[in-house]
Amino acid sequence: MAWFIFISLAVLTIAGALGVVVARNVVHAALALLVSLIAVAGIYLVLFAEFLALVQVLIYGGAIIIVLMFAIMLTRNTDYPKISDNKQWPLAALAALAFLGVLAPSFIINRVEGTKSHNASFEGIGESLFTTWAVPFEIASLVLLVALIGAIIIARSDEEEN
Amino acid sequence: MVDLVWFQLLSAILFVIGLYGVMARRSAVLIIMSIELMLNAVNINLIAAASHMEGTGKFSDFDGQLIAIFIITVAAAEVGLALAIILRMFKNRSTVNVDEINLMKW
Repeated sequence: MAWFIFISLAVLTIAGALGVVVARNVVHAALALLVSLIAVAGIYLVLFAEFLALVQVLIYGGAIIIVLMFAIMLTRNTDYPKISDNKQWPLAALAALAFLGVLAPSFIINRVEGTKSHNASFEGIGESLFTTWAVPFEIASLVLLVALIGAIIIARSDEEEN
Repeated sequence: MVDLVWFQLLSAILFVIGLYGVMARRSAVLIIMSIELMLNAVNINLIAAASHMEGTGKFSDFDGQLIAIFIITVAAAEVGLALAIILRMFKNRSTVNVDEINLMKW
């Protein structure tokens, strides 16, 4: 049963990812990305990571897709169809396949036997986040603050120059 | 229970698709989407390792999940900044084609 769910979610993930890289229409690419991200949330559920599945649906499926849709709608112009791919796409495909040819055999050769599958409770994640990982957590909040201020400063219209 | 290596292969395939997207696409928004795919591939790898392996030493069983949370945080910050940069780019040059943004190209 776990195998069936894993295979169907993996097919959905890869199909959505291929849709992102081959779609001619940018909005269709964003919707394919949404399918792929929700399927990845399902993969997290197969791995007993409920908290990560929740975060994935909320942040990726909710926030990031909406922000990308805003980026598409605000930069909509007529030349979107003809700027989808560049000339060196066969070379890019070749390089990507070569990278897969290195990556996949290295995973298969150095195969690690999993010891057990265990469920990370919400309490355990929260406790670890505020004790062992407290300093990275604070730095992450600082990164978000700086990114927010930087985004506002970059994107605002400068009246004093015009 | 699905073996760890299948999750690793799935994450490798997803990473490679994202890599192809970054190299072959010309619209800046599509490049951002491909970067998101690559970040997700890394997250699958980390979470699969966290749920299949036991923690050793000072690492607990689910530290991979916590690193994945930080990756998601950085991805959210990155998308917000990328939106601002793309909007500014579109305002100045009225295009999002990265081949035409070549002012600093030698």
